[in-house]
Amino acid sequence: MNSNIIGVINLIHESDELESLTAGRCLATVPFGARYRLIDFTLSSMVNSGITKVAVFAHTKYRSLMDHLGSGKHWDLHHRQSGLFMLPPITDDVNEVRRGDLFHFYQHRDYFERSSVEYVVITRSHMICNIDFDPIAEEHKASGADITVVCKEQRDLLDGNARKVLIDGSGRITAMQDHYGRMDSDIVSMEMYIMRKELLLELVETSLAQGQDHLVRHAIMSRVDTLHIQSHMYEGYLGIVNTVSSYYQNSMQLLCPNVWRSLFFEPGPIYTKVKDEPPARYADGAKTSNSLIANGCIIEGTVVNSILFRGVHVRRGAVVRNSIVMQNGIIGENSSVDHVILDKDVTIERSRDLRGGASSPFLAIKRKVI
Amino acid sequence: MGRKRMIAMLLAGGEGKRLGVLTKDLAKPAVHFGGKYRIIDFTLSNCAHSGIDTVGVLTQYQPLVLNTYLGIGSPWGLDRRDGGMAILPPYVKQKGGMWYKGTANAIYQNMGFIDRFDPDYVLVISGDHIYKMDYELMLQQHEQTGADVTIACIEVGWKEASRFGIMQVDDDGRVTSFEEKPKVPTSNLASMGVYIFSWHVLQQYLIRDEANRLSGNDFGKDVIPAMLQDGVKLNSYTFNGYWKDVGTIESLWESNMDLLAEKPPLDLNDHEWRIYSVNPNRPAHYIASGTEVINSLITEGCVVEGLVKQSVLFYGVQAGIDSRIEESVIMPGVKIGKGVSIYRSIIGEGAIIADGVTIGSPNRGAVTVIGSDEYVATNQSLQEVEQP
Repeated sequence: MNSNIIGVINLIHESDELESLTAGRCLATVPFGARYRLIDFTLSSMVNSGITKVAVFAHTKYRSLMDHLGSGKHWDLHHRQSGLFMLPPITDDVNEVRRGDLFHFYQHRDYFERSSVEYVVITRSHMICNIDFDPIAEEHKASGADITVVCKEQRDLLDGNARKVLIDGSGRITAMQDHYGRMDSDIVSMEMYIMRKELLLELVETSLAQGQDHLVRHAIMSRVDTLHIQSHMYEGYLGIVNTVSSYYQNSMQLLCPNVWRSLFFEPGPIYTKVKDEPPARYADGAKTSNSLIANGCIIEGTVVNSILFRGVHVRRGAVVRNSIVMQNGIIGENSSVDHVILDKDVTIERSRDLRGGASSPFLAIKRKVI
Repeated sequence: MGRKRMIAMLLAGGEGKRLGVLTKDLAKPAVHFGGKYRIIDFTLSNCAHSGIDTVGVLTQYQPLVLNTYLGIGSPWGLDRRDGGMAILPPYVKQKGGMWYKGTANAIYQNMGFIDRFDPDYVLVISGDHIYKMDYELMLQQHEQTGADVTIACIEVGWKEASRFGIMQVDDDGRVTSFEEKPKVPTSNLASMGVYIFSWHVLQQYLIRDEANRLSGNDFGKDVIPAMLQDGVKLNSYTFNGYWKDVGTIESLWESNMDLLAEKPPLDLNDHEWRIYSVNPNRPAHYIASGTEVINSLITEGCVVEGLVKQSVLFYGVQAGIDSRIEESVIMPGVKIGKGVSIYRSIIGEGAIIADGVTIGSPNRGAVTVIGSDEYVATNQSLQEVEQP
């Protein structure tokens, strides 16, 4: 299959705008979709596309990342012929940690050089989608382009931030602008780039020599005229999750059965670290409607329009509405929560009333007792 | 190979005839249970929690699904360098081979495997019971009392007693009589099919039993009675927890229903004693608007658009609009159409129930069973009523 491609999940300078959700963890391991972490989507997509070597360029706050990925076993990346490589920054100088992705790629150039594969696919972790890279790689080879960028035509980004691009009639990218620019385009870059490994290493060296160290902002955007950068339009569901509001809105999208089906099943399943939780348990007085519930939950109260992660306990008389409750959350008796996001291990004591707004959900930090 | 204090031999070859269509292509220990488990998960998890790191799994009938499921034992922490899980099917030897004739013969044929670990004790268990038990506590009693054999036992209902090995014990817990599946039980103290043998004693009896042409080569019928006759020290170990032999449709259904009690006798949510299994990779389940789910277990990957009451839904079940599932066990991947009613039933893996069908009926004793991958387009309750 795609043994000629290595996957690179680039977590260097990922956005850090998820407030308390990214206070103690990197964006890649923010819990999403009742049982996953953001990185599961891109990692599973790579694995399902037949990519057997994946490098994760960790940057900061990566303890949860190491814990989650482990040996790569849950993604079937722990075999003699395949592998998951965790590549944290190599440097003695704290200031160098802050440098751009090209600098870190350069520090790990051995990883690229040692491998005999011809192509790389570079992604980030906050583009929530289920995508098959195989046909895109074929398309890339056939087109003769230097770089293929996966793009999506989508007007409403549900408050997520993304880079916009302009393309000509043949699908070639003619302009690219950072997410804060004012470019009038409905086409966003999904930050997924396929190119020859040699080109990547060349971009790394020439850019660094010019004092530039960001792959997209410097190396690619400044070469839109000289390199042939082709777009590939992705048709499936895309959630851009890099703000609290986009996190909340994209989570709620999962309650549409069509989104649930396409994101979690098509073209392949999404894998994650396995937990031995029993089936969810609904008690006598339970009432549930339009909700996504993971294993290990105990529901004795009411759950409406909500997403419950593994092991959440909704006690008698408690009401959970329009909310996201992460792993092991407890909603005490007769308490009610509406438009809230509770991080892992949050306990709401009995008879509390917690409300956020549709545009600004209330966010509780990990292990908080309210 | 390091010496082991105790290794486990797990009898998983059960044909499970009395489970009918559910074991058509499946060994009994591989039958689904409790929303996401298979029956064998319970004994394997017990081994894991009891600190047993070497388990020989003896397979025979329909081993394909079971062997695939067990793999190298990683879900139960049995992928070890020294010991771990070994699947032991019958095999052909120089002087010819044979199927496992009985439980004792199955162990006899694998004496070579046991000897590699040179254990002090051998735990013999079966893969078709639902229970949580710490075998280490039983081993401690075995060592303290200096018994040659310790048999775990539990009190069962008198009505059921003739399904089990029935024993009588004296005041010191020593076994005084043992009768396999007696027509007229003399006590309701049943053997759980969990034995700890001191290996040197068992070895002698296995060799002797094999030489006896009249023997059925079965622990309950032959080896235990022979030991009893010889005055070997057989002790009982009383177990007070939940234990269920799920060998019949009724008991399989009942045992699933037991999980739904307000305080279930077997708690799956116990963090200290997790039941490990091969975790199916499915997203969280979806409960639609305008429906009701009460007193039920629902597993990841389900889409529930109908009413579910007092039921267990395995992973990947779809229940359509206006459907009604009561007091039923729905195995993995079952597709239930619109307006379907299912009462007191077990629906086999991958079955498809067409729109508008009714299966089973409420308030009736018998449990209706639909086999794996069946397509049901007519009302199954009506068919049953017509039967004499």
